[in-house]
Amino acid sequence: MAADVKDTVLSIIAQQAVLEVSDVKPEATLESLGIDSLGLVESIFAIEEAFDISVPFNANEPEQNADFDISTVGSIVAAVEKLVAEQHG
Amino acid sequence: MKRVVITGAGTVNALAQDVEGTFAAFRDGRCGIDELDIRDVDRLSIRIGGQVKGWDPEAHFNRQQIVLYDRFTQFTLIAAKQALAQAGLNFDGHLGYEAGVVLGTAAGGVNTWDENYRTVYEEGKNRVHPFVVPKLMNNAAASHLSMEFNLRGPSFTVATACASSNHAMGLAFQMIRSGATKAMLTGGSESMLCFGGIKAWEGLRVMSKDACRPFSANRNGMVQGEGAAIFVFEDYDHARARGAEILAEVVGFAMTSDAADIVMPSKQGAARAIAGALRDAKLNGDQVGYINAHGTGTAANDKTECAAVADVFGHHADQLMISSTKSMHGHLIGGTGAVELLACIMALRDGVIAPTIGYEEPDPECALDVVPNEAREAQVDVVLSNAFAFGGLNAVLALKRI
Repeated sequence: MAADVKDTVLSIIAQQAVLEVSDVKPEATLESLGIDSLGLVESIFAIEEAFDISVPFNANEPEQNADFDISTVGSIVAAVEKLVAEQHG
Repeated sequence: MKRVVITGAGTVNALAQDVEGTFAAFRDGRCGIDELDIRDVDRLSIRIGGQVKGWDPEAHFNRQQIVLYDRFTQFTLIAAKQALAQAGLNFDGHLGYEAGVVLGTAAGGVNTWDENYRTVYEEGKNRVHPFVVPKLMNNAAASHLSMEFNLRGPSFTVATACASSNHAMGLAFQMIRSGATKAMLTGGSESMLCFGGIKAWEGLRVMSKDACRPFSANRNGMVQGEGAAIFVFEDYDHARARGAEILAEVVGFAMTSDAADIVMPSKQGAARAIAGALRDAKLNGDQVGYINAHGTGTAANDKTECAAVADVFGHHADQLMISSTKSMHGHLIGGTGAVELLACIMALRDGVIAPTIGYEEPDPECALDVVPNEAREAQVDVVLSNAFAFGGLNAVLALKRI
């Protein structure tokens, strides 16, 4: 499951950034990939749809979303894995 | 150029179903935001709003009217009746040909859309009520005002999202100022506190689940409201000649477009609208005592708006008061500027500045006098009302004490 989560999240982010999946590195920030606030919200929607989960994220306080750390691609993957485990575990 | 004055006001909103009650709530810093009482609220993640509670259409309208009046039209008609009663105007004679109605709404009859989509999609029916279209159309409220009160001049509806009412009132002002009309009913209305209306907003992830706290460092988003406010704008000479009581003078209006982003606000676009309204009114910045802010309580709006105000007013930005009454009545989207104009009239007429309630922590990026939590007595001669819409469409009105 973990590998599937990572691959799916990477492909969602890659599609949003108009990049190849291989170009989306775990240490990359969304900003470095050119994803703005609307792109982020759209990516979260795609993640929720893909995994049938609910992501606790408020665009007004991106730094304070303790349960959904968006600082890097890797942190997003980890957060989604945790949510999937919690909500489908 | 004609001078333009306001001779009547009416409203239905979450704080009260008239102007007097709304003013009392502003003075008391009362919050009208509460748990939503709507169908399927348990399927929403946002469950609060500035909802008009205890609204009974049958107390105001007969059955034949109710089948034609969406909730946003109902609010509009009642607010307009109050405004005209105060103004003491009657359009039955020739004045009807020199008067019209310009209203703002972002989305018109959202409840009607919502209910009838349920009918065909959820319930699987293949038939809807024959009046769905005339009930939901954005201009329904404006048209019903024209019919109810015999307004036969220029009449239409403006949709510029959260700036709709300010655009509408600005256009009404320009029409009277230019001499095209003698009097206008203007303002705006919105009613999208239904499952579909809230669900759509949830998607953007800009809504707060607990409160609207404009300018406060711990703000976490906007809260929707609903309702209407309607005003009688009138040629000053006409109002004087008939001895009407004048609530305030409308002295300036400007609109700008950011031409930048579909949701993110722009400091430059906002600043150009504020400066434009001052220029249009031939006022200096230091004459402005109060600004009713757009102040949505989102991270993006409030800091951008404060930066724009600081840019336009320079040192005077620290002298003026700026508050967001959305903290009390919520964000009425297309109707919001109209309800907020009431706070401007109260400031000019009564010398009471409506507060920004829910203010808990100073934000260095919003370091202005936001009149936190408690109303303040202060004599002001000139006020502005800001509205900055999604899509980068900005509209600012300037009013003067008379």
